[in-house]
Amino acid sequence: MTRVDGYGRVDRTRTLRFTFDGVSYTGHPGDTLASALLAHGVRTIARSVKQDRPRGVTAVWSEDPTGLVQVEEPFPEPMLLATTIELVDGLVASSIGGRGRLAEVPDTARYDRRYAHCETLVVGAGPAGLLAARTAARRGDRVVLVDDRPAAGGSLTGTERICGRDALDFVADTLAELRAHPDVRILLRTTAFGHYDDGFVLALERRTDHLAPAPQGLSRQRVWRIRAGHVVVATGAHERPIVVADNDRPGIMLAASARDLLHRYGVLAGRRVVVFTSDDAAYDAAADLAGAGAEVTLLDPRPVRGDSRSGDYRRSRGLVLGTGAGPDGAISHVFTDQGELPCDLLLLSGGWNPTSHLFSHVRGALRYDAELGAFRPGEALAGVTVVGAANGTFDLAGCLAEGRGETPEPLPRTNLVLWRTDGDPARQYVDLQRDSTVADIARATGAGLRSVEHVKRYTTIGTAHDQGKTSGVLASAITAELLGVPIESLGTTTFRPPYTPIAFAALAGRERGQLFDPVRTTALHAWHVARGAVFEDVGQWKRARYYPLPGEAGGTEDMDTAVLRECAAVRRDVGILDGSTLGKIEVRGPDAGAFLDMIYTNLMSSLRPGRVRYGVMCGLDGMVIDDGTVLRLDDEGFLVYTTTGGAAPILDHMEEWLQTEWPHLRVTLTSVTEQWATFPVVGPRSRDVVGALAPHVDVSAAAFPFMTWQDTEVDGVPVRLARISFSGELAWEVSVDGWHAPALWRRLIALGEPYGITPYGTETMHVLRAEKGYPIIGQDTDGTVSPQDLGMSWAVSTKKVDFIGKRSFARAENRNPLRKQLVGLLPLDPTVKLPEGSQIIEQTAELPPPPVPMLGHVTSSYRSAALGRTFALALVKGGHARIGERLTVPVGGDLVPVEVTGSVLVDPEGTRRDG
Amino acid sequence: MAENLPEHPDFLWRTPEPRRSYDVVVVGGGGHGLATAHYLAKNHGITNVAVLEKGWLAGGNMARNTTLIRSNYLWDESAAIYEHALKLWEGLEEDLGYPILFSQRGVLNLAHTEQDVRDSVRRVEANRLNGIDAEWLSPDEVAKICPIVNVSGDIRYPVHGATYQPRAGIAKHDYVAWGFARRADEAGIDLIQDCEVVGFETDGDLVTRVRTTRGDIACGTVALCAAGHTSVLLDMLGVPAPLQSHPLQALVSELLEPVHPTIVMSNAVHVYVSQAHKGELVMGAGVDSYNGYGQRGAFHIIERQMAAAVELFPMFARAHLLRTWGGIVDVTPDASPIVGHTPYANVYLNSGWGTGGFKATPGIGWCLADTVAHGRPHPYVAPFALDRFTTGALVDEHGAAAVAH
Ligand SMILES: Cc1cc2nc3c(=O)[nH]c(=O)nc-3n(C[C@H](O)[C@H](O)[C@H](O)COP(=O)(O)OP(=O)(O)OC[C@H]3O[C@@H](n4cnc5c(N)ncnc54)[C@H](O)[C@@H]3O)c2cc1C
Repeated sequence: MTRVDGYGRVDRTRTLRFTFDGVSYTGHPGDTLASALLAHGVRTIARSVKQDRPRGVTAVWSEDPTGLVQVEEPFPEPMLLATTIELVDGLVASSIGGRGRLAEVPDTARYDRRYAHCETLVVGAGPAGLLAARTAARRGDRVVLVDDRPAAGGSLTGTERICGRDALDFVADTLAELRAHPDVRILLRTTAFGHYDDGFVLALERRTDHLAPAPQGLSRQRVWRIRAGHVVVATGAHERPIVVADNDRPGIMLAASARDLLHRYGVLAGRRVVVFTSDDAAYDAAADLAGAGAEVTLLDPRPVRGDSRSGDYRRSRGLVLGTGAGPDGAISHVFTDQGELPCDLLLLSGGWNPTSHLFSHVRGALRYDAELGAFRPGEALAGVTVVGAANGTFDLAGCLAEGRGETPEPLPRTNLVLWRTDGDPARQYVDLQRDSTVADIARATGAGLRSVEHVKRYTTIGTAHDQGKTSGVLASAITAELLGVPIESLGTTTFRPPYTPIAFAALAGRERGQLFDPVRTTALHAWHVARGAVFEDVGQWKRARYYPLPGEAGGTEDMDTAVLRECAAVRRDVGILDGSTLGKIEVRGPDAGAFLDMIYTNLMSSLRPGRVRYGVMCGLDGMVIDDGTVLRLDDEGFLVYTTTGGAAPILDHMEEWLQTEWPHLRVTLTSVTEQWATFPVVGPRSRDVVGALAPHVDVSAAAFPFMTWQDTEVDGVPVRLARISFSGELAWEVSVDGWHAPALWRRLIALGEPYGITPYGTETMHVLRAEKGYPIIGQDTDGTVSPQDLGMSWAVSTKKVDFIGKRSFARAENRNPLRKQLVGLLPLDPTVKLPEGSQIIEQTAELPPPPVPMLGHVTSSYRSAALGRTFALALVKGGHARIGERLTVPVGGDLVPVEVTGSVLVDPEGTRRDG
Repeated sequence: MAENLPEHPDFLWRTPEPRRSYDVVVVGGGGHGLATAHYLAKNHGITNVAVLEKGWLAGGNMARNTTLIRSNYLWDESAAIYEHALKLWEGLEEDLGYPILFSQRGVLNLAHTEQDVRDSVRRVEANRLNGIDAEWLSPDEVAKICPIVNVSGDIRYPVHGATYQPRAGIAKHDYVAWGFARRADEAGIDLIQDCEVVGFETDGDLVTRVRTTRGDIACGTVALCAAGHTSVLLDMLGVPAPLQSHPLQALVSELLEPVHPTIVMSNAVHVYVSQAHKGELVMGAGVDSYNGYGQRGAFHIIERQMAAAVELFPMFARAHLLRTWGGIVDVTPDASPIVGHTPYANVYLNSGWGTGGFKATPGIGWCLADTVAHGRPHPYVAPFALDRFTTGALVDEHGAAAVAH
């Protein structure tokens, strides 16, 4: 055991049990997996990815480049740093060789997301951050303070004094003061991992991993989306090692990390310690470790001075050149310029790199500070302040002053910038996780590379889990040295979110399973379910596709049987469809007509109130994007029906034109999709049903002609009737508000009973419309089909001065007679149903070798009850001129002969429309 | 899979000073520019060439893409050029003498709706008639090829099946670029970095000099290969083109033991994923919707694709996002590239590859070199002329049947 009495903040009155690599150990609340293992003298906890060398803990928090483990219990999770895993009872973990293993079982934990808004966000609850938060809170700001460690205080070890008090008491008091403000939110165990424009910061809160067992019903992790007026980056600094030969062994650590282990966890990471430093801060580590009982030798390349912290350690001017290992691969001695020294812990410190990631995420420029040997924030960014060590201010007084918003006097620098000592470059590791060495950098520069980005990619330095937190600047410096150029001419590689790795599931949040995308159902959904409907996803909607009846032999009808039955029933008697998902947009204002004239290819402004008109919309390229009917409500109002999928995109499309191109038009657009439920009642007996529903309405063909609408009331409930048909049959669309929809639907079903009313789904709707040659936009079109291609030249105004898409109709290609056009296809064998999507080629008995010229493809294909055979719609090159021709459709290995027909196969004369 | 990376060659390229004049100036040292340089030398013996790169070589989209390579495009014109490229990929490691880690592990494009199924069948049938390997797979067959995809019915948009192109794959983007660069350099072509083109000197319908941050350079022919920044260069020339620059983001996980044997793409549950050689999961989705030249995007785009990834691959729940980044892609109205003549007789345009131009790299390099050498568009790029936006002869790859990347 290397736990020292009198040190550390772990709760030694309680013991936790855990297993690492199959061996049982104990630890205490407040430990991390790393501190608990080190307390047992376990120094090797991983193997390196390329060279399979043993690796230990190099740094004590998220900057550690080496100590990656695999957690097995409570739930498997790959590639976690032992230094950031809070110890819980029952934890099982194992060492890994640079690659993690994903769980075979689903993660049942819950993850969620919250929003926070504040004037001031402070990232980092060290001394600088605490004071910044306090200052903002006293000013009356709403404040969010986040810190990624379990406790506030940052790098304070408890040995310091602030304002005449113990530093940790000061921390506790400050937290208490902050907590007393109602508008201050303090989030510990919360890592701000990404900083985006306009004060948008994302932070991950770890809520349950430190609790065993994890409480039920609490999300494991939470992504905070924080929008801050001002972001204070108080994220501290990462210590930087000095590169020496064989610097990758277990038992080699950053100096402040060893000190942190002692003061935070009471763990003395070595008994015979060598400290190699060119910076004064590491003297604290030497003194503290010596004070805790270690035998410490400090080597410093600088001339010995009198003002650095003294202690019970030996110190001499000197250099560490390399290390040696014992049989377990961990360090056993160092080679210095004065000879060999035995040791079980080597501490390295070459200075500090400000942790300026969050400043860099928003493109803050860093500048190289030659005295510090580090890059630090080099420009002022609006809305962002960097304070304390993150700003390159490394003394406590300076940090406190910056936290208060003051500018402290810079202290004179005494450190020496030393990147590496002499030694075999192939054994001098720069990125310990990637096994990349100075020799690798030398190969890269030798290959002609001059940019740090190229060197990074050539050597893989900085690409591991730590994203080069301790290696990045070293790599720049060593590259500069090898190239003989100043480091500032090279800069660093780019810092990008996330600051530390984040579980995918945390980012997915609640958007999983049925919540991945909202499920939209109509007011009739429960009825459809009760009726045994099979549903289909249409955008976000669940639509009833067909309603299978109990079949023979106890099963239910298959889709083909059900649809043939539904189709026959509609054309023979009457059917009813839940068409509520159709998009509906109310277009209102004095210029509504003029607006719609621009949106549709045909004229809408001439439509009279009470009338309905079908229209087509095109994009700028003249290709059809949507279609549907338009009801003129009154002088200034139109109700536009879009396709189900088109509801949102078409509203967007209209808004974009209205807002960017025609802001002078006095028009408002309102989505009323969900306000209206709409049921087409379709078939020869629909007049009977609708007549029974609305006895006061004259539903005769003369009084209620095709393409007109009327409002009425049923039991005091307003109901709209419109004579619109998507099947060629006599039909009414009955619309009512969603609340009354189920009752009205049931009433229609009841009234239709005597006529054998049959509810039908989208599949039957598709067959019926296809028999009439009505295209479905998005199925029979694909963004390359013009109204003319659909045989709808009649819906394209030749009189209007302008409308969206008009100009494109004049293009040469739009007049090409060989464009693909919508036609019907009849397989010569009337029982063969062509797969939708099949390609069409010239008539042939044998498939020629590729490339085979293609004429088009099958867009819709069905069995028709009315025709007593199969049929299809297709887009075919020059199709309108090919009617009567025979073509071939390759299906699997077969060549199916088909005949091209017009697209209207049922009731081409339109005799059924008026019943 | 999950192996260590191969060693690089000892020497890659020189760092020459720009000369005063070149026969051919290629603007943009990304994959396309470098491949063009290689094939100019290799196929046409043209070596008095400079590739001008404003930053570090191949540091644009070439360094940022997710390296999906496939040729299962719908339209004949697209299939022809991408299949030409795929065939070149199949021999590229040898041609370049560089271990580019080209791995033909196949691509699954998932279908989640009835319309997806129609579109998929349509594309598979078209691919086959064009001589491109393609199959339509049922959910069970999908699971056989990629056992970690959730093909059960209990997800929001269940998998109805997938198209499969076995010859599709991935490669290591940097190595591809460096392989081309090394060959071009060996042939004597000057690769000039930190050299931004800031203007053009013209004489009638000819560009006589290219103005750069490292001085003016006289040119015989100019080939524009500036991807997301093409619109900026065209602006300097006063040539309007329907290009929109959008951020496109991608991301990787940490190194994981091999779990994912192929490439999976989904449009409805929008994400695409492969597992790279070393073991990291590489993924991306669609563009950020706003325009811009800053090489970064908004975070909700990443969150949404994480949700899609975990939905399709429940196993990924505790994989960790390690790094996100963005590139700038040049998107055209029909999602097909714009290649060929410009109003300037000696300037050729190569742009508009948007979210999917990595896979074209050898193919377009080959065809653009040929175009420059012969002064007319190579037949494979002829359909992608700028004037199609006035004639209307579009090659609309994002009609219903399209998949990005
Ligand atoms: C996140 C992401 C994922 C992608 N995924 C895929 C994928 O999976 N599969 C696929 O096929 N494609 C993918 N792509 C697209 C692909 O990367 C691009 O289409 C392709 O790389 C573009 O060609 P390029 O390599 O020449 O471009 P770039 O590498 O961008 O090259 C253009 C170069 O021009 C330089 N330049 C610009 N302006 C100037 C100037 N004025 N002077 C000098 N130099 C200039 C730039 O600095 C840049 O280096 C993806 C793109 C991104 C951003």
